[in-house]
Amino acid sequence: MISLTHYLIVSALLFAISVAGIFLNRKNILILLMCIELLLLSVNLNFVAFSHYLNNLDGQIFVFFILTVAAAESAIGLAILVTIFRNRRTINVDDLHSLKG
Amino acid sequence: MFEQILFYWFTAVLMLAAIGVVVARNPVYAALSLILAFFTMTALWLLMEAEFLAIALILVYVGAVMVLFLFVIMMLDLKSVEREGFIRYLPVGLGVAGMVALEMIMVLQRSSFESERYKPPATPADFNNAEALGELLYTHYLYPFEIAAVILLVAVIAAILLTLRKREGDQAAKTQDVDQQVRVKREDRVRLVKMKSE
Repeated sequence: MISLTHYLIVSALLFAISVAGIFLNRKNILILLMCIELLLLSVNLNFVAFSHYLNNLDGQIFVFFILTVAAAESAIGLAILVTIFRNRRTINVDDLHSLKG
Repeated sequence: MFEQILFYWFTAVLMLAAIGVVVARNPVYAALSLILAFFTMTALWLLMEAEFLAIALILVYVGAVMVLFLFVIMMLDLKSVEREGFIRYLPVGLGVAGMVALEMIMVLQRSSFESERYKPPATPADFNNAEALGELLYTHYLYPFEIAAVILLVAVIAAILLTLRKREGDQAAKTQDVDQQVRVKREDRVRLVKMKSE
């Protein structure tokens, strides 16, 4: 039988892959944003798993709100990315150093 | 048994899709791998009887957020992903990720999630997940729901303000400059003309 532990291990592995993605792709803002979406997805899986196995719908309500906030954050993050690209013509994080002393 | 096969199959596809997001050279491939990951997660949530959230994931995440990602990739017209430092940081990245995964799985070994408290009861066939969520969302969680609506409004306004391009001349959007309106003097608006009465 699939128990809660199985789903939590899946969530942990997904989280670790996303952390590796953030670690390895830190130069590229676009892939960084996608890895953050993966991070939120793993946390959502965690919540839904607990909600199912504890027979409590509160976990799913929280996932609802995480979905909302993640969509809003992606929209604003991509708007910032587009504006940066319009002004700098690059999405390499290293080229965004005009505030550096 | 069938449930186990489904679970392991979907987990395998999910892991491959997630790794695909991280290592893809082409950002379009990364976005498509992420879409595959979302679809697989939908299947896993359907296995856990969270039907409303599974469909909401497709509609909201894949249908809106990933389409937005693909639009941005198309607009930016990137040929390849910036990958300097990928190979150099690969052992450290894998080490950190492995450590994170190992620690989390070690925590799970310690706790016992097999006790009776964690067995979900068999849900009846006519249990409506969306209706139950609605009953909870609009009564106990009404205030967070309204706050979520405000967050979405703020996101819309911010995204438009950040990317709005102002056009000049005849096609400029008509705006009001309140400072200038307040600074107006009578001489700018009224001109007295002396005329002979007829």
